[in-house]
Amino acid sequence: MQVSMTINGEQVSREIEARLLLVHFIRETAGLTGTHWGCDTSNCGTCVVLMDGVPVKSCTVLAAMANGRNITTVEGLETNGELDSVQRGFIEMHGLQCGFCTPGMMLTARWLLDNNPHPTDAEIREAISGQICRCTGYENIVRAIRWAAEHESGTGHNITEGIGA
Amino acid sequence: MTDLQTKPEGVGFGRVSRKEDARFVRGKGNYLDDIALPNMLYGAVLRSPYAHARIKSIDTAAAQAHPKVKAVITGQILESLNLAWIPSLSHDVIAVLATDKVRYQGQEVAFVIAEDRYSARDALELIDVDYELLPPVVDAKRALDPDAPVIRDDIEGKKDNYIFDWGSGNEEATEAAFKKADIVVEQEMLYPRVHPAPMETCGAIADMDPISGKLTIYCTTQAPHAHRTLYALVAGLPEHKLRVISPDIGGGFGNKVGIYPGYVLAVVGSIVTKRPVKWMEDRSENLMSTSFARDYHMKGKIAATKDGKILGLRVDVLADHGAFNNTAQPSKFPAGFFHVFSGSYDLEAAYCSVRGVYTNKAPGGVAYACSFRVTEAVYAVERMVDRLALELDIDPAELRMKNLLKPEQFPYTSPTGWEYDSGEYPRALELAMKISGYQELRKEQAEKRRRGELMGIGISFFTETVGAGPKKHMDILGLGMADGCEVRVHPTGKAVVRLSVQTQGQGHETTFAQIVSEVTGIPVADVEVVHGDTDNTPFGLGTYGSRSTPVSGAAAAVASKRIVEKAKLIAAAMLECSPDDLEWESGRWHIKGDPTAGKTISEIAFAAHSTQELPQGMEGHLDASCVYDPPNLTFPFGAYICVVDVDPGTGKVTVRRFIAVDDCGPRINPMIVEGQIHGGLADGVGMALMEQIAFDEDGNCLGGSLMDYLLPTALECPSWETGETVTPSPHHPLGLKGVGESATVGSPPAVVNAVLDALKPFGVKHADMPLTPAQVWRAMQGRPMRTDLAIQ
Repeated sequence: MQVSMTINGEQVSREIEARLLLVHFIRETAGLTGTHWGCDTSNCGTCVVLMDGVPVKSCTVLAAMANGRNITTVEGLETNGELDSVQRGFIEMHGLQCGFCTPGMMLTARWLLDNNPHPTDAEIREAISGQICRCTGYENIVRAIRWAAEHESGTGHNITEGIGA
Repeated sequence: MTDLQTKPEGVGFGRVSRKEDARFVRGKGNYLDDIALPNMLYGAVLRSPYAHARIKSIDTAAAQAHPKVKAVITGQILESLNLAWIPSLSHDVIAVLATDKVRYQGQEVAFVIAEDRYSARDALELIDVDYELLPPVVDAKRALDPDAPVIRDDIEGKKDNYIFDWGSGNEEATEAAFKKADIVVEQEMLYPRVHPAPMETCGAIADMDPISGKLTIYCTTQAPHAHRTLYALVAGLPEHKLRVISPDIGGGFGNKVGIYPGYVLAVVGSIVTKRPVKWMEDRSENLMSTSFARDYHMKGKIAATKDGKILGLRVDVLADHGAFNNTAQPSKFPAGFFHVFSGSYDLEAAYCSVRGVYTNKAPGGVAYACSFRVTEAVYAVERMVDRLALELDIDPAELRMKNLLKPEQFPYTSPTGWEYDSGEYPRALELAMKISGYQELRKEQAEKRRRGELMGIGISFFTETVGAGPKKHMDILGLGMADGCEVRVHPTGKAVVRLSVQTQGQGHETTFAQIVSEVTGIPVADVEVVHGDTDNTPFGLGTYGSRSTPVSGAAAAVASKRIVEKAKLIAAAMLECSPDDLEWESGRWHIKGDPTAGKTISEIAFAAHSTQELPQGMEGHLDASCVYDPPNLTFPFGAYICVVDVDPGTGKVTVRRFIAVDDCGPRINPMIVEGQIHGGLADGVGMALMEQIAFDEDGNCLGGSLMDYLLPTALECPSWETGETVTPSPHHPLGLKGVGESATVGSPPAVVNAVLDALKPFGVKHADMPLTPAQVWRAMQGRPMRTDLAIQ
C-alpha cells in the first residue's frame, strides 16, 4: 500500500507492507535512525515521536496509521542549526548517558513544554513516566527539562561539541 | 597522586559537559541497529518454547522455501562445522544451537537468514520442531534431589545437577567466634534473579569479505578485544583477519560482556551467505536468554557480643547458574568476588561457602553492575547487620558505627584475604547521617508509629571491589586482566588517546580526554578519544566491574606521564639547559626560577617532529603507551540512607528520600560521577521493589517482557541526595577508584532495610526482594512469599 506523511517538514511517500511499523518506516524507509526501538510492548518509550504534535510510541503505530500525518523526530528538534532548548538542557544538566532513551525523552519534554511552559518537577516526572531510562535515575532528566523551561527564549546556541558549551 | 596545581580553564578534571552529547541529542548516535551495510541480510532466532525437552526432529523445508529466505541453520549444521557448542567463560560449554535437548525456555534452536527482518521472523513460523517434553528443574533448592532430572546429560557421566563447591575464609576460626558470642542471629534470604535490561538489546552484524578473508563483526560488546580473541580461539579464525567494532552502546550493565549464540550465528550466516548478516534480538529474547544477574539463595549467620561488637559472619550460598555455567568473572573465582562479604566491618573471622547448581533456566549470573557479585555480598552483610540490630535493639546506625573499620586500619586485610587499599568509613556514615537529619528522621518515625503510620529508615554501608586485575590473580579464559593505552601528541599539540575499554554511556570520550589533559595540560577539547575498534586500539579486556578508570584510566595516566617526561628532555634540548633545571606547570616546562623561559607542550610537540636536534638516543615524535597491570583492586565505599513510607492498606512502598554518600577517590568529572551514582540508585530501587525474573512450575519465564519485568520510572524514583568524601587510592597513579557500579551494589539493602524498618511494628524480621505491594502486604500478615517461583 501507499503511505505518505510529513517527517520533520519533508514529505515522505512510499509503497509499504500494510503491517510495517511506524518506527521501522522512520528508521529504515526514511533513514532517520535517531528514533530507537527498545521493547515491542509500548513500555520503554525509546521510540517516542510526535504525531501531529502529540507523543506516540512509534513501535505500536502502523506506518499506515500515520498516513497524512505530521511526524516530528529527534532530527527535527534542531532548527536552522540551532539546538532546541530541550537539547541544550540535556547537555547542560547531563540528562543523558548512553543516549538511547534520549530522543524519546526529549520529544516528550518538547510536547510538555509546548503545553505547559512552567511544569513542576512532579509534572515533569509524570510526563516522562511512560519512558524508561536505565542510566540516569531520572533526576538529571528532570533537571534538564526544568533547565529547558527556564531557557525557552528561542535563541538556541549552536553547540557542536560538548566541551565549553 | 595528581598534583593539584592551578590549571587553566578547560584543562583536566572538573565539571565539563560531554563530548559525546553533541551527536546523541541530535539523534546522530551510531548504535548497532543503525548500521546498514550494502547487501545486508537479517537473521532471526527460533527459540525453545519449553524449559526442558528432547529435540526429536527439526523440519526446515517450508522455511527454506520462503522466497525471501537465504539460509536456515540448525544445530546439526553447526555440528558439522564443530560450532554447535562453544566454551563458556566458566570452564563449561554452551550450546549455540540446541542439538540434543533444549534446556531452558528461550534457548536457541534454529537461525533463519532472510532479505529483510520481517521475512526472517515470518520464516521462523514455518519451522517445525518435534519436541519430547522432559520434566524441568525449576527450584534451585531441589536441583540436587536424588530424583531430580539431569539437565546436563551432554557431559559424559553426569548424573546430577551439581556444578561446584567453593569456599573462602577460615571456617574453624569462624566457628570459634560463634561459640564465644553472646548472640547469634541467622537469616535465610534470596537475592532474586534480575536482569540488566539495557535500553538497547544485544545484536551483531557479521561481514565476511570472501576475497580478503577478513571478518568484521560489529557488535554490542563491552569488551571488543576479548571478543576478537575468543572468536579466534573458539572458531579457529585467524586473529589478524578479525576486526571487532563496538559502536555506540545503548547501555550495558554487564549484559554485553559475553558472546551470545546470536553473535556466532551472525558470523556463521555471513560465512554461509557471503553477505553481511545482522542479528538484533527483541526485548523478550533479551530478558529470557541473555545474561541474568544474581539468583543467590543465602543463609547468613552473624555473631556478636551483647553490646554489639560483631565477632564473626558466615554465609552459605546456593547459586542458581541456569542450564550452562556461563558466569563472566575472573577464572579462579567461581563466585566472583562474593568472598568480600565481610564488608566494611572489623570482624575476627568470616567464612563463606558457595554451591553452584544447574537448573532449567537461562545461563549467566554475573551482570547488572554487580562488580562480580559484590552486590550479593553487600546485601548479605548489610541485611545481617540489620537483623543483628533488630535482635539487640540497637539503632542500626550506632551498630554500624561501632563496628566499621577505622581509618588507621588501612591498608586492611580482610578475613578472606582482600587488601582494602584505603578508606575513611566513619566519616562517610557521619556525613550521610548529617545530610539525612538522621536523629530528626527517627523522631518523626516514632511520632508516626504512634499514629499507626508506617515509615522506615534503612542504612547500607558498602565496600566495593573493583578494577580487576592484577593479572597474576585475574584472567578470563587465560587472558590476563591488564589494559593498554596509547597517547599520541600531534605536531600541533593536539592529542589522540586510544583505549581498550568501551563506553556504554559512562562518557569515556570526555573523561579519558580529561585524564590525558590533567597530566599533560593539553586542553580537554584538544584530546580525541578513540575506542571500540580492535584494529585501531590497543589490547585490553574491556569495560565491566567498574574497571575502566582503575585500570585503563591508570594506563592513560601513565602514558601521559611518559609524554610529559619525554617532553621535559626535549624542552631541555630546546632551552639548552639540563632537564634538572626544569619545572613543570600545567602544559609547560620552564626553567626553575624563571617562568618566562619555557616551552609549552605544543611547542615541544612540534619540535619533536621538526628538525630540532633531540637528546642523544631519543627517537622523534611525542607519543607513549602503557599496558597497565594494576597492583591491587581499588575499594570505593559509601554510606546510603533510604527513607520510605509504606501504605498499611496496600503494602505499596514509596521511596521518599535517598541519601548517597560516595567515596571513589578524586572525581575526574563530578557531573558524570554523580550521574553514574543516580543511575545505580534507580537500579537499587528497582531491584528492591519491582524487578524479578521468576518461573512457573513448567519453567516458563514470567519476566519475559517489560510488561512483566518492571523497571523503575521517574515516578518510583525520588530526587536523589548525594554527598562525597575523597579518600584517594594509594596505588592508582591519580588516586582514582572507579564508581560505575557503587550505587547498584550499595543501594538495594538500604531500601530493603528501610521497608523492614517500617514493618517493625508487625514483628516482621525479613522478606525477600522484590518488595512489591503484594509481598509487603503478605509480610504484614506474617507470611512473606518465596519470590523466585510462582509455586508456593
